[in-house]
Amino acid sequence: MGLRLPSKVLEHILSFIDSNEDRNSVSLVCKSWFETERKTRKRVFVGNCYAVSPAAVAKRFPEMRSLTLKGKPHFADYNLVPDGWGGYAWPWIEAMAAKCPSLEEIRLKRMVVTDECLEKIAASFKDFEVLVLTSCEGFSTDGIAAIAATCRNLRVLELRECIVEDLGGDWLSYFPETSTSLVSLDFSCLDSEVKISDLERLVSRSPNLKSLKLNPAVTLDGLVSLLRRAPQLTELGTGSFAFQLKPEAFSKLSEAFSNCKQLQSLSGLWDVLPEYLPALYSVCPGLTSLNLSYATVRMPDLVELLRRCSKLQKLWVMDLIEDKGLEAVASYCKELRELRVFPSAPDLDEANIPLTEQGLVVVSKGCRKLESVLYFCVQFTNAALLTIARKRPNLKCFRLCVIEPFAPDYKTNEPLDKGFKAIAEGCKDLRRLSVSGLLSDKAFKYIGKHAKKVRMLSIAFAGDSDLMLHHLLSGCESLKKLEIRDCPFGDTALLEHAAKLETMRSLWMSSCFVSFGACKILSKKMPRLNVEVIDEHPPETRPESSPVERIYIYRTVAGPRMDTPEFVWTIHKNPEIGVSHLAIK
Amino acid sequence: MNGLQDVCSSSGSVMIGLPAEEDENAALSSEDSSRPDESVSETELDLALGLSIGLKGRRKVRSSLSSSSSSSMTRESGTKRSADSSYAAASNATRQVAVGWPPLRTYRINSLVNQAKSLATEGGLSSDIQKDTVKNSVVAAKNDDVCFIKSTRTSMLVKVTMDGVIIGRKVDLNALDSYAALEKTLEQMFFQIPSPVTKSNTQGCKTIKETRASVLLDGSSEYIITYQDKDGDWMLVGDVPWQMFLGSVKRLRIMKHSNETGVGM
Repeated sequence: MGLRLPSKVLEHILSFIDSNEDRNSVSLVCKSWFETERKTRKRVFVGNCYAVSPAAVAKRFPEMRSLTLKGKPHFADYNLVPDGWGGYAWPWIEAMAAKCPSLEEIRLKRMVVTDECLEKIAASFKDFEVLVLTSCEGFSTDGIAAIAATCRNLRVLELRECIVEDLGGDWLSYFPETSTSLVSLDFSCLDSEVKISDLERLVSRSPNLKSLKLNPAVTLDGLVSLLRRAPQLTELGTGSFAFQLKPEAFSKLSEAFSNCKQLQSLSGLWDVLPEYLPALYSVCPGLTSLNLSYATVRMPDLVELLRRCSKLQKLWVMDLIEDKGLEAVASYCKELRELRVFPSAPDLDEANIPLTEQGLVVVSKGCRKLESVLYFCVQFTNAALLTIARKRPNLKCFRLCVIEPFAPDYKTNEPLDKGFKAIAEGCKDLRRLSVSGLLSDKAFKYIGKHAKKVRMLSIAFAGDSDLMLHHLLSGCESLKKLEIRDCPFGDTALLEHAAKLETMRSLWMSSCFVSFGACKILSKKMPRLNVEVIDEHPPETRPESSPVERIYIYRTVAGPRMDTPEFVWTIHKNPEIGVSHLAIK
Repeated sequence: MNGLQDVCSSSGSVMIGLPAEEDENAALSSEDSSRPDESVSETELDLALGLSIGLKGRRKVRSSLSSSSSSSMTRESGTKRSADSSYAAASNATRQVAVGWPPLRTYRINSLVNQAKSLATEGGLSSDIQKDTVKNSVVAAKNDDVCFIKSTRTSMLVKVTMDGVIIGRKVDLNALDSYAALEKTLEQMFFQIPSPVTKSNTQGCKTIKETRASVLLDGSSEYIITYQDKDGDWMLVGDVPWQMFLGSVKRLRIMKHSNETGVGM
């Protein structure tokens, strides 16, 4: 068989390979490489929890130390996926508890996690250290208490924007007095007040604590006391600022902040009034990340803050910053890599903020390192997009949300085709793209042709016909996730490019015109895709040609899932049956 | 305990995570439960339906059917449904374009709604909302130096089911301030026909979904809103003051008039 690397040597080499993409390639070389790789992989990432069974993953990677899972489709963030669709963490926790008891880290995104799951984690993994739950739901503070109480080596506990049944702030007191290992604690999404004395003691006995994100119930007094005990913090999420402070208290706050010489990231800042901002001035020069997106501060107070942040790399802010404020950002924040501008009033009626496309243009011109953009704006122009593309060809993530659907270039009344063409063509490293505004099929021809590295594409209210989808599925070589809403077509292009869907992680289409008949044909053609119809009515009760409300198509080696609710039908591979009996409950 | 088996509806049907053979009974019971014989078609919704609340007298609603099998089985799952209701209700949007648009996370929308509310009630501590806020806050009770003007950030999510509709929703009652707002929110949730938004029906971005005119207080509509209170009884919505209602409501159900029995008439 020629020269063969001893597996010990191969193991040693592989210990330098972290990237899972590389490891996936390694495991395809030959059986012995597959075996060595699988026995040495420590960090496992599963982008769609239904793509593979938990048992298979547990069996393949017995030395797993870290597991990352994603559940619901991204559009679940915007209420497009009904309650109860799925994404349950339990089967995974159960399987790992049985096969991989050395698991130390679990990171879940958009999954349903119950208290039983959390209790099982606490009970099963002796060396458990890291729990990060992002946009998860289904658990209560009791489950958190179980983790706090039992996981002796807990380093990281982060609840990021989770929906938690809040039974009170007691959970914090479950951290034993002996626990000193905490490095990161994020409970910003919880409502209830925790006992500040418990928190103070926890912080005092955690010398490695670097990141602390408080919930709004923590008062400013509490914040001051905590900062005094943890001046080594690098990341801070404040509580609410909605308290009227007396002058002495303000100076205490200011002093506490100035003692935090290593602070790099600041967030929270709910309800912060302009009078408080000067307390933050001392930390501004060191900040690399600032999240003001919950702060209703307006101009010019924002500028006073931002002009001091010369090292800022990441800025999240509301449109209250206005074009003027973004000019200041362009002048002072030369290290900026990521900008997100959120609307302060999602209702179009109230949109009268002077934030226009010029704000983004000026930042694109001034901030050379800008590579990630999320921008909400009422309307846009092709000229602006052309300038942005020309100035910032290094963009990796460009998400533009023109709030008014079908809004054309407001100066020329044309579709925004040319503008997005420029973005796709000019930004050769673009990985993620969200388009909006008035777009014809042509725009997607350009995107399909030029956006070679785009992995995730989000589309709403766009295109004229199946051609749009045809362009995307026949182009976009790197496409992994495609999500489309309110584009009234689908059948022809989907069926024509069925094979493409197996090269992708998933496709979501809602409020489009994809018929039940097409779903059946697609499912039969592609045995390794799950074609899920999510609809108010059983698909068979309507004519084959009628559109289904939502479809979610994903590649899988696990077959149709067993946990679908009443309103989800996995289309059976046998078109006579129509929908899988397994899925009908 | 099988962690997949979460809250079961009172009809006993379990929606998730059980082997196929157990599901047979579940399937039967869920079909027997309150879904009406005819599937809810668009023509039914086309009828001039409205929701009626606040009928005179405090009456218990005894339904002849078991409570409708709700598809929202997990306790707190998918509470993001409340987002469109919260911001729609709070901003009195007649221009709400579509569900989930603009694409903002629930968490963020709730924050905006709460900020808008706190700005509205900033006037004084005398309003009911502020009083509740103060009660909820330990800080205000303890610390005389601090004048507490914190906005209520807690969301109060209750399940809403409608007879004949299998996809249940959730609504954040803390984001609403009156029965009128609740009625409007529920109308938008259940009585708008979800159809693809197209350029032809946009009309410069006016309301795209057709809405039924609400018929308040006259009892002529086919649907009524009921709620289950702390004691487990089903009551008619609208009889008690709003704040009192908030204190006792556990879940909501939009019933068809014909289903309701024993409503002291």
